This record gives sequence, C-alpha cells and structure tokens, in this order.
Amino acid sequence: MEVIWFWIVAVMLTCYVVLDGFDIGAGIVHYFVGRNAKERETVIAAVGPVWDGNEVWLLATGGTLYFAFPPLYAAGFSGFYLPLIMVLWLLIMRAAGIELRHQLDNSMWHSFWDFVFSLSSILLAIFFGAALGNVVRGVPLNAEGYFFEPLWTDFTTSGNTGILDWFTVLSGVVALVALAIHGANYLAVKTEGEINLRARRLVSLGWYALVALTALSLAAVMNLRDGILANYENYPFTWLIPVAVIGSLIFIKYFNLKGNDKGAFIASSSYLALMLVGAVVALFPVILPAIDPANSLTIYNSAAGGYGLSVGLIWWSIGIVLAMGYFVFLFRTFKGKVKTEPH
Amino acid sequence: MIQGLDVSCGRPLLKNMEALTLDRIQFAFTITYHYLFPQLTMGLAPLLVLFKTLAIWKKDEKWNEAARFWGKIFGITFLFGVVTGIPMEFQFGTNWAAFSKFAGGVIGQTLAMEGTFAFFLESSFIGLFLFGEKSLGPKLHWLSAFLIFVGTWLSGWFIIATNAWMQHPVGYEVAADGSVHLTSFWSLVLNEWAFYQYLHNMGGAFVTGSFAMAALGAFYVLSKKQIEFGKMFLKVGVIAGCLGSIWMLFPSGDLQGRMVAEHQPVTLAAMEGLFKSERGAGIAIIGQPDMEKQQLDNAIIIPNALSFITYQRWDAHVKGLDAFPKDQHPDNIPLLYYSFHIMVGLGTIFIGIMLLAAIALWRDRLYNWNWLMWAIMLSFPLPFIANTAGWMTSELGRQPWLVYGLFRTEHGASPMVSSGNVLFTLLGFFGMYTVLSLLYIFLMLRRIEHGADELGQLPKLEHADAA
Repeated sequence: MEVIWFWIVAVMLTCYVVLDGFDIGAGIVHYFVGRNAKERETVIAAVGPVWDGNEVWLLATGGTLYFAFPPLYAAGFSGFYLPLIMVLWLLIMRAAGIELRHQLDNSMWHSFWDFVFSLSSILLAIFFGAALGNVVRGVPLNAEGYFFEPLWTDFTTSGNTGILDWFTVLSGVVALVALAIHGANYLAVKTEGEINLRARRLVSLGWYALVALTALSLAAVMNLRDGILANYENYPFTWLIPVAVIGSLIFIKYFNLKGNDKGAFIASSSYLALMLVGAVVALFPVILPAIDPANSLTIYNSAAGGYGLSVGLIWWSIGIVLAMGYFVFLFRTFKGKVKTEPH
Repeated sequence: MIQGLDVSCGRPLLKNMEALTLDRIQFAFTITYHYLFPQLTMGLAPLLVLFKTLAIWKKDEKWNEAARFWGKIFGITFLFGVVTGIPMEFQFGTNWAAFSKFAGGVIGQTLAMEGTFAFFLESSFIGLFLFGEKSLGPKLHWLSAFLIFVGTWLSGWFIIATNAWMQHPVGYEVAADGSVHLTSFWSLVLNEWAFYQYLHNMGGAFVTGSFAMAALGAFYVLSKKQIEFGKMFLKVGVIAGCLGSIWMLFPSGDLQGRMVAEHQPVTLAAMEGLFKSERGAGIAIIGQPDMEKQQLDNAIIIPNALSFITYQRWDAHVKGLDAFPKDQHPDNIPLLYYSFHIMVGLGTIFIGIMLLAAIALWRDRLYNWNWLMWAIMLSFPLPFIANTAGWMTSELGRQPWLVYGLFRTEHGASPMVSSGNVLFTLLGFFGMYTVLSLLYIFLMLRRIEHGADELGQLPKLEHADAA
C-alpha cells in the first residue's frame, strides 16, 4: 500500500510539473517571445484559461502527500519553511499577473503585470528546481524527524547545508532552462506568425544549453552521494530511463527542426516527466534522505495508517477519473490557436 | 511525539511560546483574510445558478446579463480566494508540523479529498464559465455555473469536516507512535458536528452573498445609475438575505449551539460569559467580562433564557466556568465572549433589516424608502464581520486544544522553526495582503462603476433610457 501511494504521489507531482511547467515556462520566455504589449497579451491568453487547473495539481499533490505520508509533510514543509513561504508569495504574484492584466485597458498597468508575471515565473522555476535538488542531496533531519535549513550557508553539499548550494543552484538552473523550453514549445503550439517563429527559435537555441546542463547535472548527481545509483545497479532495466531522457532530448530537436510544435511539446513533456521519474527511482524507498542516513524518511516509516490508505485508494481513483474528464473537456473547449481580438 | 508536556520548565517554554504565538497569529491572520473571499463566492454561486436558470426559464436575456456581470465579480473574488487559500494548506506543514505529524493520518483525508473532488472541478469550470459562454451554448453554460456551485460548496464541506474533526474527533485510534490513525471513513466524513456546522456556515456565506447583491442593487437604485438592474439585484438580494438571515438563527444557529452545549460545555460557558454555574441561567445581551473578579461588568441579562434555549427548561442547571478546571478554559475568554456576541448581535440586525425590506418589497414600498435602501447599502460589510466573528467563536472556543480533548495547541507548532523566521513571513503576509486588498477594492469599485454603463446596453438600448 505504501508503494502504491508513493507512486501515486510521484505521478501527481509529475503531472503538476508537466502541466504547470508549461505555463511557468511561458512566463519565463514571456519577454523573449512577446516583444510588444499585444504579443504579450497573446502569451497570457494562451495560459489564461488553463493555468488555474494546472496549479490545482500542486495543491492536490500537497494534499495527497499530507494524507499518505504525514511525517514527511511535517518534516519537509517545516524544514523548507522560508523557501516554501516565498513560493507562496510568488504563486500569489504570478496569479495576479495573469488574471489582473486584462482587467484594465492601460499600457502602464499591462507593463507592470507583464513584469510581475515573468519575474515570478522565473523565480518559481529556480525555487522548484532547487527544492528537488535539496531532496536529492538530502537534508539534515534529526532523530525526531525534523530539520530546518537556512536559505544558504557555505554553498557546499555537506555538513551544515542550506537550501542553496552549488548543486541545488545547478538544479534550479536546469529547471529554469527546461521549463523555458517546455513553455516555448507550448506557446509555439498555441500561437501563429511571429510569436510562433520566435518560440521555435528559442527552443532551437535553448536546446544546446539544456543538453549541456542535463549532462552536467547528471554527472553532479553521480558524485553527490555514495550509493545514489544503488537502485539502478540492482535493477538494470531502470537504465532505460536515462536512455529515454536522451531520446526525449533528441526528439525535441528533431520535431523543432521539422516544425512539428506538438511533437516537440510532447517530447519536452516526456523529458520533464522522465527526469523526475529518474530522480524518484534513485530515491525509492526513501522519500526524504537525511545527511545521517539513519534519520532518513522512507515510505515505510512515514506512511499513514493502513486503513486510511486503503479507503483513500477508493475515493482517489474515483476523483482522479472525474478530474481527467474535466481536463479533457476544458482543453477541448479551448483547443486551437489563440487569437487576440482587436480592441 | 508530544513534546514539552512538562509545562513547568521556564526558559525553553517561553522561547517556544514566542514562536507559537506568532504561528497562531499568522494562521489566524491568513485564514481570516482568506475567508473573506470564499464566503462571498460560496454565497454568490447559488445566485449565479438562479440567474442562469431564470434566463433559460423566462427566456429573458436580462438574467444572462446579470449573470455575466456578477460572474466577473465572482471571477475576481474567486481568484483572490484561490491565491490566499494555497497558503492555508501549506501552513499545516510549515508552521504546524507537530500537529500535522499527529493528525495527518485523519485530516489528511478530507484535505486531500478537497483537492481531488472540489478544486479540480472548480478550477476547470470557472475558466469555462468566464470565457466559454459563446462556445458552450446556454445549456452547457448553465451546467458550468451549476458545477462551480457544486465545487465551491463541496470544498466548504471538506474544510468543515476537517475542522469538525478538530472540534469533535471521531473515527480514529491513537497508534503506537502517538499519532492518530483513521478507523472509520464514514464517521469522519459524516461527522455529526460537521453536519450542523456546515448548515450554519454555508448559511452565513449565503447571507454575505445576498447582502452584497442587495447592497449593490441599492447603490444602483439610489445613485440612479442603473435602476432596472438595481431593482433586480435588490429584489433577489432581499429575498435571499431574508431567508438566509432567519436560517442563521433558526434552525442552524440553534442546532450548532446545542452541539457546543453538549460536547464543549466549557466553551458555552465562556462564550456566554457565565462565570458561575447557575440554575435558571440568563443570557447576557451586553456586559464586559472581568477576568480578575470573574464576573460580567455592566451586564444586561435576560433571566433564565440560557437554561431554556440550551435545555428547553427555564430552571435547568447550566455549568459555568467555575465548574471546569482552569487548564481546560479557553485561553482568551474575553475575545471569545465578544466574538460570539458580535456574531449574534449582527445576526439579529440582519434579520431586522431584511425582514423589513422583504415586507417593504411585498408592499411595493422598498424602492420609495430611500432610508431603507441606504441601510441595506451600508450594511454590506457587516456579514463579513459576522462570519469572521462566528469563526473566531468556533476557533477560540476550541482552545486550549488543537484537537478537542486530544491534542493541545501548544504542542502543535513546528519545533525547528524559530520565532524570527515566523515573524519574517508574518510581516511578509501583512505586506502582501495589504497590496492584495488595495487591488481588490480598486478592481471592485471599477467593476461597479463600469457595470452601471455596460449593463443593459448591448442587446437593448431602451434599458439605458430607463435610467
């Protein structure tokens, strides 16, 4: 049962990253793709009807984590206190940027919210990447199952760690570039003309950075901790994941060159999903590694009661099927290219 | 699991208390601010469904216009509710880690269900409702309004069920590690306490929505800006507000009161300001709790009333605060007492205003009585205050427990998060929410101003002539 819930949380998190990833990505490339107020309005219109639904995956994932692994929720959220509260502020700013921009027909108002939307998207990508980096690196959990990390200490990955060190900053940059490309792919799908071409060009150039950063981060992970590849060594078929990551990267470039925006978007989605799954496979069954391995939180010492988890599986299955239905309906209603009507 | 049970140790406790106090202030501040928005959206949602229904039923485009206008207000309010709501779920983990570790196995259920069943529904259909009227057509657009209503009210249910478990824990067992595990799903989801609390709480939201609608209607009529729509809003708002206000007193308020009397008698004593146990206890209308002398100063009391409404006997014995050990008393009795009295006092005023307005409407006098429309217009903030005071009654009344009788508030905070860090984020929330407030007020005033010009202009121009 713990294993099932581990994978449910992992899949929900992946859905969140792939879905909200493209609208955060759109925010990152906002100024590169939209060169004037009109074009930026098109960018916002492309994410306007869907960002809220995408962000619900974060809440739903958080709720599921809370329900299935309460000690993990307690440890992780209090340990990452400062960055998480800042994430909240950024989420508030970003939502305001998307939704308040069109409330007023005034160019200063538009400029202001464009800036807020883009800045908060950029910072969120870095924060989320750094957060994942922290989980992979491990945190200073004590025997009671708590820790607290300051924002930074000496930027090394051992001893008295902070949220930011060279490794987590690297993870943040990987996330920034990966989501930028993912967002540009989405915008290429949803727009036409100049904006579409600019988004494609961005993917084409950013791709080299992404390949370099992916290689660098994978190399860094391997040297981070002893035994981090144990699962891969014990189950050789899992090497298919990194192979598939490379495959996804190749397909991003291939479809981009072919001018197939949808193909490129699917490839960047699968890149993000596989990077996450790859990290999750390496961790399993640990969900929050501690610097002192004895204090690590695993799915076995953090799971909620068995009865609760069994009942949860029933309602969760019903709920998620319903949610899929809403999403299909929503995306079908708003399918096709975004056209901004003249004022 | 439960740390610091030894209350006698001096310094460490004080140090913890400081962070604990700030944690409590931050949660109280962010939840109070957050709930200003959902109470309006949950209150407006059924009225939007009503508008959409009337539009189809009466085949009158006016109702669709009204739905579009209120839909925009709903949309902005909904957005503010969403963005201020995310911090609530996060704070269970960030600031209340020890509590989450203790109770997550039970209340994680209802919180996760809220995400799975309510949030996905609401977030998908709000986009469709606001942007998809053309592509959906009238029936599907009605359906999207209806599903938003279902989503917001479902969300309310899961939050109330979560809170109800903290007020009146059921369906759990304490496991070996000291945390609670769920033993009965249906007891949790159909908690008796949740049922009564839900009836009362949703009624409160409905009152907020009705007053907002009636107040804006009154403003449009009084300012002669948009008389026809003003009258529509006023009429719907007054009828809904009248039903809602009465519902708050009876049966929902009465039922909720009996739940408190039965399961939290010390809370009842504190909110009524009953310091000493009495046979034939009265209800204090006015009075200030004097904690030093353990009495109500300047009290005006209706004799025997408390005994009667609690036990239906004029001379029933009601336990006062003196019947309970001090460490069971709510930790802020005066604030609890005032919150309760503000809620009840305002609720009584609502019934007065709305009953009068309903009679005036029925006798066709409402639109001539400017003074009454002024009163309705100016009273729009009062339901927000009453709902807030109601929640303060509920939450202060639960103290000193986080989970009633099971887990004390002082043991719930995150042990490793220092007071300096909590103060930092608390100040950040103050700043952030001040900006949000200004934006919201600005956008609302603009909507109201523009609404007066837009309403009734597009399909038929004669509406503008009526103004």
